[in-house]
Amino acid sequence: MIVKLDQRLYEKMLAQAKEEFPNECCGLVAGESGEDIIEVKEVFPMTNLDASAEHFSMDPKEQFAVVKEIRCLGYDLLGNYHSHPFTPSRPSYEDKRLAYDEGAIYFILSLKKRDEPVLNAFKIKGRSEVTKLEVKIVEGGEFNE
Amino acid sequence: MKITLNGNVVEFEGGLTVAELLKKEDVDMPDMVSVELNGEILDRDSFGDQLVKDGDTVEFLYFMGGGC
Ligand SMILES: [Zn+2]
Repeated sequence: MIVKLDQRLYEKMLAQAKEEFPNECCGLVAGESGEDIIEVKEVFPMTNLDASAEHFSMDPKEQFAVVKEIRCLGYDLLGNYHSHPFTPSRPSYEDKRLAYDEGAIYFILSLKKRDEPVLNAFKIKGRSEVTKLEVKIVEGGEFNE
Repeated sequence: MKITLNGNVVEFEGGLTVAELLKKEDVDMPDMVSVELNGEILDRDSFGDQLVKDGDTVEFLYFMGGGC
């Protein structure tokens, strides 16, 4: 399973993560889900209600509004993303504990090394079993190896 | 009855409470779900009593949060 993400959207996430640093930032991810390829079409920065460097919670009211916008655009809600300002790009204990949606893709953008941000995507089953997905950052529709 | 559930028109036999609807939709942890009924976010305590009626628009989504 490959997740295709446009460079522009990656940069949008990264800019938000840096802007909200040292707090965690979060957002929703929308796109199209195919057999083998999941294509991210848009990312939606969301408010981190916790305004914390260690936690994030989304505002359900904002979530409902964005989910409707995603539907209007003809995309599916693929999942969400959040930043790890000081820790690696992998689901923490709390991320797993709060992963209620088994169908969602969880993107984690680590700023542990400020100059070398790391973005990974995961599926989380049963709030414990983590599968890492392959993320391809693409520019102009081409895969960058 | 016909309702619009997360943007799709779906049909159910007879009336349902929000709690029953979530169960039918395989929501295991309703405590971690937010529900909007006709544009109003419901109090979780009301899921068991709140009836969903023909023509209603229902949206539900999971709590999203985490840590590092
Ligand atoms: Zn996390």
